[in-house]
Amino acid sequence: MKENQKSKAPAEPEAETVAESVEEIVQELPSQDDPAVLESETDPEDAQQVQEEIEKLKKKKKVFKSGHSSMTRRSMRKWSWLFIGPVFVSFIIGFLWPFMQGIYLSFCSGRITTIAKAKLTGFQSFEKAFADETFFHAFWFTALFAVVSVVLINVLAFAAAYALTQNVKGSNLFRTIFFMPNLIGGIVLGYLWSMIFDGLLDLYTTTNLVDDATYGFWGLIILLLWQQIGYMMIIYIAGLQAVPEDMLEAAKIDGATKRQTLFRVVIPNVMPSITICTFLTLTNSFKLYDQNLALTNGKPGRLTEMLALNISNGFANSATRGMAQAKAVIFFILVAVLGIAQLITTRKREVQQ
Amino acid sequence: MGKQQSLKQERTRKTIMSVVLAVICFIYMLPILTILINTFKEASAVKSSLFSLPNSETFVGFENYSTGMTAGSFPFWKAILYSTIITILSAALILLFCSMAAWYVARVNSVFCKIFYFLCIFSMVVPFQMVQFPLSKTADSLKLNTPWTIPIVYLGFGAGLAIFMFVGFTKSIPIEIEEAASIDGCGPLRTYFMVVFPMLKPTLISVAILEIMWVWNDYLLPSLVLDLKNGYRTIPVHIQLTTTGSYGQMNLGAMMALIFVSIIPIIIFYLVCQKYIIKGVAAGAVKG
Repeated sequence: MKENQKSKAPAEPEAETVAESVEEIVQELPSQDDPAVLESETDPEDAQQVQEEIEKLKKKKKVFKSGHSSMTRRSMRKWSWLFIGPVFVSFIIGFLWPFMQGIYLSFCSGRITTIAKAKLTGFQSFEKAFADETFFHAFWFTALFAVVSVVLINVLAFAAAYALTQNVKGSNLFRTIFFMPNLIGGIVLGYLWSMIFDGLLDLYTTTNLVDDATYGFWGLIILLLWQQIGYMMIIYIAGLQAVPEDMLEAAKIDGATKRQTLFRVVIPNVMPSITICTFLTLTNSFKLYDQNLALTNGKPGRLTEMLALNISNGFANSATRGMAQAKAVIFFILVAVLGIAQLITTRKREVQQ
Repeated sequence: MGKQQSLKQERTRKTIMSVVLAVICFIYMLPILTILINTFKEASAVKSSLFSLPNSETFVGFENYSTGMTAGSFPFWKAILYSTIITILSAALILLFCSMAAWYVARVNSVFCKIFYFLCIFSMVVPFQMVQFPLSKTADSLKLNTPWTIPIVYLGFGAGLAIFMFVGFTKSIPIEIEEAASIDGCGPLRTYFMVVFPMLKPTLISVAILEIMWVWNDYLLPSLVLDLKNGYRTIPVHIQLTTTGSYGQMNLGAMMALIFVSIIPIIIFYLVCQKYIIKGVAAGAVKG
């Protein structure tokens, strides 16, 4: 009964004492999972108590497994203000507080000049947002854009990565060049391409890029392809290099053609990279803002406006701010669902490896 | 004989592939080359024939550059300076404080830490439009609208990805090393800065690359938070402000010079740290 008393003694045991006593109990009891051993020495009621106590302590011990020993933990706690304080404070300023205000504002409507003066009106802003035709147009435009860009970017990036992993001469230089556009920011990229497109269109037509929504759509697609193929290609190259060499050899010995090897061996092996790239391109396309603003700014009319730009434009006018914030909440839920799906699939991949 | 022939075939196939890739690379670089060529042409020649080389009549030397640098009566070097200050300060703050916080979160494991870690991951999913309006108001009232204080906003907004990556790496460091340090008499501060921090180097580089690329190219946050009336502009903000509204009226050659000059720092940065950039981007993609 020694261990029972010991573990019961302190009402609110210090973290380190608990850790030690657990260690002792676990060592001293040869088979605490087997109640028979306990029963033979003590009466059943006591045994049960001991059992419960041990379970409790075990649960507490779990906490320690991934962390530090108690001594270090305690001295770390003393410095918590320094270690976690700066990030925590700026996280609240830069994200958490504005985020909560944003949720609050989405339930306000009317003229919103400052947050303090905003009036709560329930779901009015959401009703307005759902009745807004430009929002629906932006949604469908974005969805179509996302589908087309996801397919094109991934197919082309995979093709580039596949070509570059075939021991071709100068593949390092090619990789460098393909990746370069990715570093140029969206605004610069948008103006750069708007000048190129206008010059190109001048050769064959009299219209400009901003005069026709179809040109605008494909302009945005070409721009995004140019920017993101290199990025996705890097991820695909990493995936292709991880395909086991002996598998490829086995396929060769079995007489598989290049095409069979590609579709039956290589692609199933790079499936994780495909999942990651698909989600990345999908969320990138949905959140696209800078490029949209710089290339077409939604013109003609508001026909090439994507979701992010549509929402941002709503904030410019104090009368539509509540509605814009409500749209932002809807947008957030949409992107969050995509993001969570991505996290889950990434997790699954980690488990498999 | 047959083997030799197939080897030969293989070699020609590879040469053809190299040539095809080289052509594609050239096409890939054409937009930037076109811009570069046009910076040396007269504005009227830029408009009438974008894709022709400058000749003796249309060549204007560096005139476009000198007009472009002062476009919108705002000296461009100031935008470069502010962009540099904001990027370096933000990256330094994020690297130092997020790695510290991540170590604490990974090792202490209290309920508070778990909630904080969850919130960090959560913040990565939230689109900027969600906090756009309240953030600009909050930042204004806290005087976070100068190039020297806006890094605090970046620290808060960039904490998600940085902490996520740092925590992932810290958990892979064997805890025994830190225990040995603490047995040798190191307090948490010394343990962190002399033992843990040097071991984080690969992740520090990856995070630095990702954050630098993000902050340097970011448009929406500085355009909303920075005090534009006081003359604080970053490069993307400056380009957006000088081109909207006046597009078409503004000298096209000067605008191309402006665009080209703003690409130069990125290309230099890329060529110098290419290896790290490609690694960092791949690491960030897999994690985030």
